[in-house]
Amino acid sequence: MQPIIIIGNGIAGVTAAREVRKLDSQVPILIISGETDYHFSRTALMYIFMGHMKFKHTQPYEDHFWKENKLDLKRAWVEKIDHHSNSIILQGGEKLGYSHLILAVGSTPNKFGWPGQDLPGVQGLYSKQDLDELEKNAVGAKHAVIAGGGLIGIEMAEMLITRGIGVSFLVREKNFWGSVIPEEEAMMIEDHIHEHHVDLRMGDELDSIHAGDDGKVSHIVTKAGEKIECSIVGLTAGVRPNIDWIKEGSEVETDRGILVDNHFRTNLPNVWSIGDCAQLRTPPKGRRPIEAVWYVGKLQGAFVAANICGDPQDYNPGIWWNSAKFFDIEYQTYGTVMPDPQDGEKTFFWKAPDKHITIRINYRENDLAVTGVNVFGIRHRHQVWEKWLSDEAKITDVLSQLAGANFDPEFFNQYEDEIIAHWNHDNSEQVTKTVGKGLFSTLLTKINLFKAN
Amino acid sequence: MLRESHSIVPPDPKLDTIQRIGLSVLGIGLVLFLLALFEQEIATGSWVFYTMLFGIVAGGITYSLRTHLKRPPGIHNNNLVKNTFTAVGAGGWLLGIIITGFYTAYYFFYQESALTKAGTEYRPSITQIFDPLSQLLRNSNADIWFVYGACYTIAVLIMGIKALAKYRHSKYQIVRTCSIMFCQFGFAFIVPSIMERLNQPYFLPNYFWPLEYKALMPDKVETLLSSGKSMAGFVFGWGIIMTLVATPLLTYYFGKRWYCSWVCGCGGLANTAGDSFRQLSNKSRTAWKIERIMIYSILIFVIIMTAMVWMDAWWGTLGGASLPVRKVYGFLIGATFSGVIGVGFYPLLGSRVWCRFGCPMAAVLGMIQKFKSRFRITTNGAQCISCGNCSTYCEMGIDVRWYAQRGQDIKRASCVGCGICSAVCPRGVLSLENGPTEQREEYTMDLLGSAKARKLEKK
Ligand SMILES: Cc1cc2nc3c(=O)[nH]c(=O)nc-3n(C[C@H](O)[C@H](O)[C@H](O)COP(=O)(O)OP(=O)(O)OC[C@H]3O[C@@H](n4cnc5c(N)ncnc54)[C@H](O)[C@@H]3O)c2cc1C
Ligand code: SF4
Ligand code: SF4
Repeated sequence: MQPIIIIGNGIAGVTAAREVRKLDSQVPILIISGETDYHFSRTALMYIFMGHMKFKHTQPYEDHFWKENKLDLKRAWVEKIDHHSNSIILQGGEKLGYSHLILAVGSTPNKFGWPGQDLPGVQGLYSKQDLDELEKNAVGAKHAVIAGGGLIGIEMAEMLITRGIGVSFLVREKNFWGSVIPEEEAMMIEDHIHEHHVDLRMGDELDSIHAGDDGKVSHIVTKAGEKIECSIVGLTAGVRPNIDWIKEGSEVETDRGILVDNHFRTNLPNVWSIGDCAQLRTPPKGRRPIEAVWYVGKLQGAFVAANICGDPQDYNPGIWWNSAKFFDIEYQTYGTVMPDPQDGEKTFFWKAPDKHITIRINYRENDLAVTGVNVFGIRHRHQVWEKWLSDEAKITDVLSQLAGANFDPEFFNQYEDEIIAHWNHDNSEQVTKTVGKGLFSTLLTKINLFKAN
Repeated sequence: MLRESHSIVPPDPKLDTIQRIGLSVLGIGLVLFLLALFEQEIATGSWVFYTMLFGIVAGGITYSLRTHLKRPPGIHNNNLVKNTFTAVGAGGWLLGIIITGFYTAYYFFYQESALTKAGTEYRPSITQIFDPLSQLLRNSNADIWFVYGACYTIAVLIMGIKALAKYRHSKYQIVRTCSIMFCQFGFAFIVPSIMERLNQPYFLPNYFWPLEYKALMPDKVETLLSSGKSMAGFVFGWGIIMTLVATPLLTYYFGKRWYCSWVCGCGGLANTAGDSFRQLSNKSRTAWKIERIMIYSILIFVIIMTAMVWMDAWWGTLGGASLPVRKVYGFLIGATFSGVIGVGFYPLLGSRVWCRFGCPMAAVLGMIQKFKSRFRITTNGAQCISCGNCSTYCEMGIDVRWYAQRGQDIKRASCVGCGICSAVCPRGVLSLENGPTEQREEYTMDLLGSAKARKLEKK
């Protein structure tokens, strides 16, 4: 029997492999990746650089896991897909046959054709190899410029700051991460970035990168015409599907990403695609065609496994959720919160005075049903919000039970009273607190936290 | 909005002047301590004690406060896995060898050298210089165990202040650290001293059988009860109640943590002085296997030993066979493992080697926690990004991520509830909670695989 071949040992590919194995204990599975021998957590790259963890610590499974679960691994780069003979061709010419092929090849950093973008010292941060390169570039470095204000940009700033390397952070938007979070939250994050001694420049962009006599980066010039001396340039203006080789070496149909239906099938028979590189032809309502985040890769891995193993399932990712950390501020979101309220939507926002703690709940004007929440500096329970959002609970009910969603550790300050008071001050429909914090109380919200299996 | 202005020069990760001064002052204190320990002439007289105390306390606190307060509140384990002292480099080995050597000498040889000279009424300098403190508390001169207790307490207090600064963003850590500092200082240091001053029996309220196995040894019990001291009955009763009633009850309600990371002195030292070494605990499945074999063997050992001693004492059934067994236990487990290895190996194997592989109290608490307790660590839905911070910083070597990434609550016998996994998690995934017992270890979030399918997966 030919194996199921998975290209990419990231979270999407590995989840697919694990889920197939759970559904079928016999079928041979081969995971191929050129990046590393074993699956590691890409999201933890920053912690390796900062010395919180070694690379080994970022590998979620011990080495024996793969063998014991009969998941074969191969370290190689794939160059071509020959779907006529159901096979792939590796760098060096080796040809391997597959019964199913899953493309989970991830993303690659965007480059927008800046002059000097290929100079030594200029780099993105996506792969293990990028991390190794940054490690080299950081030796003796005094100053760095980071271009692009997303999540990877701010992580890179934090990384360099811990080494005592100064950072100028160029962010094109008016507000930090302004395409995703509303202005109040963005302002708070900007303040916090300043607190960490970053030279944050909002509304400015990279124009060109210049080399010194040694051929390495010596300075950049911004759109505003300013020159900044630096020996590292971090390009963090987002990522795009890593599919150049697929466009050249296969007949898989692509657009920005690899086009798939809602079962993750590509245009070719027995060829599937998931994770950062996949682009849904018809995304589920309220979702985007490409969602390059960890959780989506994991979900899609589980769905493609079911579909391959003869249990067809339409992609149904449930509510949107995400989380991140901006230096020391944790962020979680459930449902959809756009930078500005959508039509027919209102927003309720509260910030703890002088603290990096906020909550924003968006709700529909007509029936008060909640549509999404942003929390910064407070942890909230995923399951509780999933329930509230899918039940279209009224914001007044949500507020009265808000402590039931509180997931902060014991003894932490609680803000539900202030939050409710803030609502009551501005709204005629008054709310009283009915639920306290803690697992016992949470169960009072009548939410079944536990799925019976 | 007017924004505060901040320098755009990031803090230098290298030691700054204040840190250097702190370290130097600490160094002076430690040198004096060593001089006294090695019986050097100059290190006698009460000035040594005060200078040494000042050096260690002021130097230690200055250094650790500066180190942590110059960073904003939050988790900043920068460089911990690269630093020579905390990553088993040359510094770590050196530290490990020094502490182990110190413990070995102090536990097994120091006492004897004191005894041989006892005829000439000689007392080691180190005890002499602690006399002022001992006189103050106990109204008598210091002995080497008083000195040991005092040093241990000072270590917990100074490094406790460090832990408070390091984890100042987490109220759970603040409350918990205050508790272990208080228990060590009050229960393990002041209370026994006061009892002695009042001519009452020796009393360590935060240690009981099976960790403090002597508490239930017939000879100890007999001496205690026949001593005629007014509080003897209380001391005996306290031990019995703590072992038989408080332990199961508190563990049912709060999990093992009420003891291991709130009250116990061994845990106290691990979570203060040992905190920078927690990432060294081994997370492999093999280590977990060894842990289970060792800890339950030692529990069985202590039970058999206690039973044998009682049989001998009451009926003489064993013809004194219990004596060597007790000796072996005392030497191997009581002194070598819990003392020498337990602390000496901090920089090599992490801070909880004894708690994880040896402590019979932890074994009992762990069994209650596993089978009958409201405690668990809840995972927050599907928010885990598998980064590995939780597993790396679990001092008990639990692979927390294994559970977190599949949305499974954590209910492990060895978890001491220190809460650090929850503190270091960058995505707010973990929370230590007490809840209904029926629903522990359920999957709080499922992708597609059923629980049955999950079982097919080998860890
Ligand atoms: C620094 C950083 C931080 C992040 N933090 C977060 C976060 O906090 N939360 C979040 O939700 N998301 C985060 N992300 C995004 C998240 O990591 C990605 O969405 C996720 O890893 C994508 O998984 P994947 O399996 O689709 O692809 P990948 O993890 O990229 O895996 C693809 C693998 O395929 C290999 N490959 C590609 N082409 C070939 C070929 N031709 N032959 C062989 N192998 C090939 C690649 O080398 C790679 O190893 C972060 C990303 C980065 C870079
Ligand atoms: S620290 Fe948090 S996000 Fe990271 S692996 Fe552990 S539970 Fe998951
Ligand atoms: S699992 Fe968490 S709370 Fe338990 S011992 Fe490990 S780090 Fe501490």
